[in-house]
Amino acid sequence: MTANNHRWRKAKNSFMQALTMVCAVLVILPLLLVFFHLVTQGATSINWAFFTQLPKPVGEVGGGVANAIVGTFTLIVLASLLGVPVGVLGGVFLSEYAYPRLNWWLRFTADVINGVPSITWGMVVYGLIVVPIAVPFHGIVKSVDPERHLVTVQNPAGNARSFTIGPQTRWNLDAGTGVESVPPGTAVIVAFHMDGSRQVAEQINAPSAWRLALLRLAALHDSVSGFSTLAGGLVLGLMMIPLIMRTTEEVLQLVPSGYREAALALGIAQWRMIAQIVVRTATKGIVTGVLLALARVAGETAPLLFTAFGNNYWTHKLTQPIDALPLKIYNYAISPYDDWHRQAWAGALVLILLVCTINVGVRILTRDRFSGRKP
Amino acid sequence: MAAILKPMPNHPLDQKSGSSPALTVRGLSIFFGTHEVLKKVDIDIAARAVTAIIGPSGCGKSTFLRAINRMHELNPDARMEGEIRLFGDNIYSRDVEAVMVRRRVGMVFQKSNPFPTMSIAENVTVGLRLNGVRDRRILTERTEESLRMAALWDEVKDRLNDPAISLSGGQQQRLCIARALAVQPEVLLMDEPASALDPLATQKIEDLIIELKKDYTIVIVTHNMQQAARSSDATAFFYLGELVEYGPTTKIFTNPAQKRTEDYVTGRFG
Repeated sequence: MTANNHRWRKAKNSFMQALTMVCAVLVILPLLLVFFHLVTQGATSINWAFFTQLPKPVGEVGGGVANAIVGTFTLIVLASLLGVPVGVLGGVFLSEYAYPRLNWWLRFTADVINGVPSITWGMVVYGLIVVPIAVPFHGIVKSVDPERHLVTVQNPAGNARSFTIGPQTRWNLDAGTGVESVPPGTAVIVAFHMDGSRQVAEQINAPSAWRLALLRLAALHDSVSGFSTLAGGLVLGLMMIPLIMRTTEEVLQLVPSGYREAALALGIAQWRMIAQIVVRTATKGIVTGVLLALARVAGETAPLLFTAFGNNYWTHKLTQPIDALPLKIYNYAISPYDDWHRQAWAGALVLILLVCTINVGVRILTRDRFSGRKP
Repeated sequence: MAAILKPMPNHPLDQKSGSSPALTVRGLSIFFGTHEVLKKVDIDIAARAVTAIIGPSGCGKSTFLRAINRMHELNPDARMEGEIRLFGDNIYSRDVEAVMVRRRVGMVFQKSNPFPTMSIAENVTVGLRLNGVRDRRILTERTEESLRMAALWDEVKDRLNDPAISLSGGQQQRLCIARALAVQPEVLLMDEPASALDPLATQKIEDLIIELKKDYTIVIVTHNMQQAARSSDATAFFYLGELVEYGPTTKIFTNPAQKRTEDYVTGRFG
């Protein structure tokens, strides 16, 4: 090998090292840029009112996003109620029970689901829950006004409401369109759909079993739209399941098999061994996985657009729409008002701080994962 | 404990002591998939004595040990033929659950494995607690009793609530022995219990084994010839899944009947 050749190889080596280093450092750059931008744009709008007040009406300066902050936490709690138990138990199954073929399919499915764009989740829950439940009213037709295309319906609670019927509204496939097809006394379930800018009522003739079950639920439902806190929590919870399932499986696999054998050799039943020895040993890892999943869904916007929808006021029932920080940011950012823009920046700053806090908490938890309890 | 058992004359120790064996193994074959790891093993293991299992790696000695408390069943490909009786009870009988067998046959592993989330005391009582014993008095009593039997009490009595993994390697292994003893098994299986320990800690474990045989039937797998010679009463030599020779330890080490046994114990192969 010539000296020249050697120098050339050294130069190539240095160049590649520098190139990989630059690329690695580029990871940090976006975070710094995002953070810097958020602080310069949003920090000035963060004040006490921002955390404690409701949004002000359009045109009024000030107010806060208290309902969105509380909403985000509400949604996270609801999502956790679904996602944590199902995800953790699913992970336990994957790790501890050997059904190779089934486990392969479960893993594969979970990985595919983890890659599904979040807006798709929103659409799925929108179709499954929000649309079928979009029922303001069900009851008996009290009166019909063909002139004004008006039907008055009284619900079991005794409240009567009138609905405008579009000329094209198909009430009943057999009886044709129009209000004539629903004489007084007919039991109807009324759903809305948007026709241009108008809300049009529609009777559901033959609701499916699924829809009927949801409608029973909807008896205590006030929402005209079908958007609800429950639907928002459901979509985030569904997204959490595969995330938590896979991380739980991975940390359980890190538990040395010697502990399992030792427990079984003591005559401890398998499920007790799993619950008291394996899961307990891996608790920190499982908590880490749960927190990372929470951080991931806490920032989701797209699925909430279809489900939780957003709300400028406090949400008092789980069947009402609810606000969340990402939704607030989205709605404020696309608004034409400078004050809302500022608040959107501030909201984004709070959101990223929240997610960062969770991540830092995870680092602290995982730092001493393998050290024992202090004496 | 089943007391009415006919003496098994083919056991080398029973011939002189006349006591009945703790374990009678007949025609035991273990397969992992199509691979026959143990081939038709017949052996009687004496009660209240130490039986050493020796042989080169892969000879099936660990599999034999694990078959005694059905731990080999953790391998989904495992299949067994033959019969093992524990004081007369067929442990592979259809109505016997592996969990019940393991409560009667304890096990200590090569690598000490105290549960890292538990204190010293909790480790000792875990087998009782997870089998439903709640009485604190019993748990406290059994903690001391087991730790004393495992010759660990004096070293840990002032720090029972410390994490178990704060102990040294040798102490951890004795803790694992105490943990196995706490559920009061009839037989204690030891799979190379001292192979990861330094000579001093090994010495303590060996002393302990000799002490424990007053109350327990002990079966120990070891790679260490001196250990087998020092601490066991009977020795079984396994080779390629077969029981080659079985007899009193002194005979196996001084005057073996088989050439292969002699070659192995003198270090000419294995």
